[in-house]
Amino acid sequence: MYEAQVRVTLKRTVADPQGLTVKHALESLGFNDIAGVRMGKFITLQLKAKDQAKAEAEAKDMCAKLLANPIIEDYAVEVIKS
Amino acid sequence: MKFGVVVFPGSNCDQDCHHVIENVIRQPVEYIWHKSKKLDGVDCVVIPGGFSYGDYLRCGAIARFSPIMDAVIKFANSGGLVIGICNGFQVLLEAGLLPGAMLRNKDLHFICKFVELEVASTGTPFSSGYKKGQKIRIPVAHNEGNYYIDDKGLAELKKNDQIVFRYTDNPNGAVADIAGIVNKERNVLGMMPHPERSSEAELTSQDGLPIFQAIVERLKKNG
Repeated sequence: MYEAQVRVTLKRTVADPQGLTVKHALESLGFNDIAGVRMGKFITLQLKAKDQAKAEAEAKDMCAKLLANPIIEDYAVEVIKS
Repeated sequence: MKFGVVVFPGSNCDQDCHHVIENVIRQPVEYIWHKSKKLDGVDCVVIPGGFSYGDYLRCGAIARFSPIMDAVIKFANSGGLVIGICNGFQVLLEAGLLPGAMLRNKDLHFICKFVELEVASTGTPFSSGYKKGQKIRIPVAHNEGNYYIDDKGLAELKKNDQIVFRYTDNPNGAVADIAGIVNKERNVLGMMPHPERSSEAELTSQDGLPIFQAIVERLKKNG
């Protein structure tokens, strides 16, 4: 088994009101040296793929088809043996 | 003439749309469960508002892969009239039938109130009953109505007169105040405001009614 760890983040060019609000909240707690906060999603997939390359290719295909919306989001996939 | 209202798990404006079609504009209408694979001869498909699949992953992202959507995409691509309202608009964006995507509202609030819209284009089968520039009052109810499209896409929308409704006082941060757009072929409309909630005098506004009436006129013309 392999575990694919998928990170989905809003593209840099897309505004992230959630991240901005969290930044303001952190600043009100006294964390005043924050340059930026961006929110995203973290998804883990347990894959029965035969080898690591196949697991990675499959996870990337899932990202392209469903897990991320390429118009507003970027994704990164990391595969580890589990 | 027959309307079909698609129902996903989590749709919650399906009955409102069905009611307006059946009892206000008095046309045949049926519900289409999302697991169905065919549209059964309907002439106009309504994708209603709500929270299909609990808005999991992204609004509309899971509904877009429901069995009925293949038939809806085929229907749209062959020129059939499709209107997506609120969550229905989000489903049409995820399905690629309309360009762009939805982000969370700029101020993170769920916005539920009447808004004023300006009719930006009357050259569609949905908006032909309005006057260009007409101000209308229709309610919105959404958390992700902050329409996003890149500069190139926006230029395309403008060039092809695809922007149908604009907010006069942008409530959610949408690019270019966009509240509703059509596809290039003009047979698919997506809009965040709810015309089915403003089609009867009892609801204080009937400004949404011309959309349903315009569809009927177009379908009559098509014979």
